[in-house]
Amino acid sequence: MPSLEFRQFTCLRDGYPLFNPLNFSLQGGEVVQIAGPNGAGKTTFLRSVCGLFDEWTGEMLWQGQPLRAPDFSMCSELVYLGHQPGVKKSLTAQENLRWFFGVQGLPFPGSITSALAEVGLAGYEDTPCHQMSAGQLRRVALARLYITSAAIWILDEPFTAIDRFGVKNLETLIQRHASNGGLVILTTHQTLALSEVRVIELQAHSAEVAVDG
Amino acid sequence: MADSPSLRRAFWQSLRRELLLSYRHKGELANPLIFFLMVVVFTPLGISEEPAMLARIAPGILWVIALLATLLSLDGLFRSDFDDGSLEQMVLSPQPLACLVLTKVFAHWLLSGVPLTLLAPLLGVMLQLPSGGYGVLVISLWVGTGSLSLIGAIGAALTVGLRKGGLLLSLIIMPFYVPVLIFGSGAVKNAIEGFPVNAELAILCAMLLGWSVVAPFAIAGALKISVRA
Repeated sequence: MPSLEFRQFTCLRDGYPLFNPLNFSLQGGEVVQIAGPNGAGKTTFLRSVCGLFDEWTGEMLWQGQPLRAPDFSMCSELVYLGHQPGVKKSLTAQENLRWFFGVQGLPFPGSITSALAEVGLAGYEDTPCHQMSAGQLRRVALARLYITSAAIWILDEPFTAIDRFGVKNLETLIQRHASNGGLVILTTHQTLALSEVRVIELQAHSAEVAVDG
Repeated sequence: MADSPSLRRAFWQSLRRELLLSYRHKGELANPLIFFLMVVVFTPLGISEEPAMLARIAPGILWVIALLATLLSLDGLFRSDFDDGSLEQMVLSPQPLACLVLTKVFAHWLLSGVPLTLLAPLLGVMLQLPSGGYGVLVISLWVGTGSLSLIGAIGAALTVGLRKGGLLLSLIIMPFYVPVLIFGSGAVKNAIEGFPVNAELAILCAMLLGWSVVAPFAIAGALKISVRA
């Protein structure tokens, strides 16, 4: 069961806190939405959790252990989908997915074709990604979620450029992952049609609260 | 999952992807080679067509152009991975980043250093390179371009986050290219004049070994800084 805990956690930009310090803990089985206006630090927060951003203060605990940089056990339990989907346009959908798992040292997943069918890209396995639309490119990256066995999903605006049916499918998938004991942390400006979503609001840092750099 | 993650698989999958990508962008592949060929064609026209003169400058010219041709292809080494988010996925992989970047550098050498090495003797003929120099030219370039790729990748990793990193890249790696150039062209000159070349070649090999130990970690560190910025 994955668990993450944050104590007095805030990200810094040019030495100043981006949002008021957060105190909360997350367990497997939860869907967490990080909310806040544009520029509130949602992406920065997600990147800090993955270890892609270093300038934060406070404490982050993974399985009860303080974490400064992501360790091996966390990396292998993590899927991160950022603003840039990490899809190479000159490769086909299948080759891209193959690399996603290959670069982690995982064996070639046999379920690539069915995962692509799940995201509505059946028949596009061997289409070079530069022939795809923005939404389809995004779907190639999302197909990873149907294959991976990682417990923590960190999704930054996963619904961008996805049509209505795609959004519904993705919500079902997120719900299923959570009910299987997985942890989903995501940002979105859409209203989620999920039964239980924990919303964590990032509030712009007020100058009175001093944080030691 | 029954099959556990393995570094070897990560290595082969990364290498496969690099080769596939270059195969899909054949134009970029030919770029350094055409540059190499062009300079060699222009040199006799611009300097002198006199065989004795050309023979004297050939080792230096060939080495300098090989160096510049490598430099030409370096700027884009990590650029597209940085722009499309693949680099983030590499950093997040549980496999050591140093090994993953080593595959990228290896692919770069395979697709720029090796073709340059193979093309060099042919261009040597065009520059009237004396017959004693060909073997050593190939060996020195074979070993030397490996160092050039490794050193260049450090610079490329450091400057990948900058919008206009090209100039800075050249400035950063130039001092490290100097010894490779000196010993590389020195070996060819010695071979032509009939002097022993073991020392120069040994030093080139030592540089390659040294850089292949140090560079992957430097590249990985620099990439992490670039991604986190």
